[in-house]
Amino acid sequence: MKIFVCIKQVPDTETKIKISPDQTGIDTAGIKWVMNPYDEYAVEEANKLRDANPGSQVWVLSAGPKARVVESLRTALAMGADEAIVINGEGLDNFSTAKALAEVIKAEGGMKIIFTGKLAIDDNASSVSQMMAEFLNIPHTTVVSKFAFNGENVTVERDVEGGAKEVVQMMTPAVVGANKGLNMPRYASLPGIMKAKKKVIKEIEFASLNIPATDIKVKYSGMTLPAEKPAVKMLSGDSSAQAAELVKLLRDEAKVL
Amino acid sequence: MGKVLVFAEQTNGKLKRSSIELLQAAAKSGNTVVAVTFGSHAGDVTAAIGHNGASEVHVVKDASLDSYNPESYTANMVAIVNKVQPSIILSSASSTGKDLFPRVAARLNTGVASDCTQLTINGDNVTAVKPMYSGKAFATVNFENSPIKIVLMRANQLPVEAADTSKTANVVENTNSATDLKTLIKEIVKGASEKLDLTEANIIVSGGRGLKEAANFKVLNDLADVLGATVGATRAVVDAGWVGHGMQVGQTGKTVAPSLYIAVGISGAIQHLAGMGSSKVIVAINSDANAPIFQKATYGIVGDALEIVPKLTEEFKKALHH
Repeated sequence: MKIFVCIKQVPDTETKIKISPDQTGIDTAGIKWVMNPYDEYAVEEANKLRDANPGSQVWVLSAGPKARVVESLRTALAMGADEAIVINGEGLDNFSTAKALAEVIKAEGGMKIIFTGKLAIDDNASSVSQMMAEFLNIPHTTVVSKFAFNGENVTVERDVEGGAKEVVQMMTPAVVGANKGLNMPRYASLPGIMKAKKKVIKEIEFASLNIPATDIKVKYSGMTLPAEKPAVKMLSGDSSAQAAELVKLLRDEAKVL
Repeated sequence: MGKVLVFAEQTNGKLKRSSIELLQAAAKSGNTVVAVTFGSHAGDVTAAIGHNGASEVHVVKDASLDSYNPESYTANMVAIVNKVQPSIILSSASSTGKDLFPRVAARLNTGVASDCTQLTINGDNVTAVKPMYSGKAFATVNFENSPIKIVLMRANQLPVEAADTSKTANVVENTNSATDLKTLIKEIVKGASEKLDLTEANIIVSGGRGLKEAANFKVLNDLADVLGATVGATRAVVDAGWVGHGMQVGQTGKTVAPSLYIAVGISGAIQHLAGMGSSKVIVAINSDANAPIFQKATYGIVGDALEIVPKLTEEFKKALHH
């Protein structure tokens, strides 16, 4: 069976963010890019599923500017994915990305299970996997911390509010959005990295997918850095005095009580 | 002026605060406010929905909608949207809202702005602002080619005023639109905590490595009980197995935005700051005066958490009982 994994390349959390002059995005010079952390759980689960089902293959896909996005695809290949596809395009939003991924997966055929991360840490939107499932007309579950496949159906655990979990069964094909806790992602091995370097990554131009320009639904503008925080007010005295002072400040100055 | 459709969420017949925020914001915009709510408890919240600004509420009282199912909720939401024809849809960026509305948006061929922290409604137009890159930037979301603008708001971002009990909403009953589901919810495993989820909590007391051992989370629980707060934790203590992953705040954990965040024994790794940096007031208690958390904090206390937190609990007890 074919197992697909959709990944996104995002700025590393530790990297410094600067705004582009037109304020529609960030200045990408000097940004350190990494595979979205939740996508690592998706790649790992796909690899585990492939290993447990001989004859299966893991296909990893990403949409975005080819020149840099292939780096994260190579990381996924080094982690053990079998094949990779880059959908080369700029300025894609969640809607058009989901549609492009759905189109390519449909064209490749043989989809059984599609893994994604539960969200990408750059826009924190959590929308592509659900939209993609809708475009493919198949079920989806996001925020998944446990996965099982019996050859026909998948059973997953979905984390919801208040520490509750839902046990969900889906008919395949299905989309699964991975949360932390699903597994422990493997590190790319040295032989894996060497092999990944030699792999040919299949390239598809977004423009060749015949997705109309009206499928861009959301654009960003007026991007700004957060306002400078006033300096911290450090409290003094012994612990009793500090405790009393803090309660007073929270009540009278910050007015949060 | 057009119509704003608000997805009203409830827990066991009680309207969620995050939904009240949205109903009131929609009502203030001068638009006609229509709400939608699902499940066998739907009838229990229609009065509260009216008191908070909706003039009409669509209910689907089918018990099969008591728990969230992406397919059945999408089918019912889309059916009601087609009936109501709103220009704007508002929902909380809750587990359900975040899962449901991208699918609804795809079916309606329209855009969705997720995880927003500011909302401005002007007639049929809506402007939303959302944090990007873990709060290291903020962007204005502009809708294009979107007949309906769908905005998902984080909880606790909008003011809530007293409900007006003289206002009522006209209740419209709908039949369940869902058929042939490929998704089946087999079981709901209840969470251990009866407290508000971190993503909805207005006050959070959070602990890190500085608490030294799992048993010391008791001092945080005591403080949280007095404050009516929810307890959170850092990745380090979750990975160490002191507390469950549901309590983790930060990247690969939960993104929170309470009015008050009390960080106890937390050094302030960038991944943690990513999850709690947009809290309104941040208190840091740490024995290391050079801990990065103090650069983010509003108020800072250098000292032993195990000594200070119980004193704080006593002070809050006194202050809150007057």
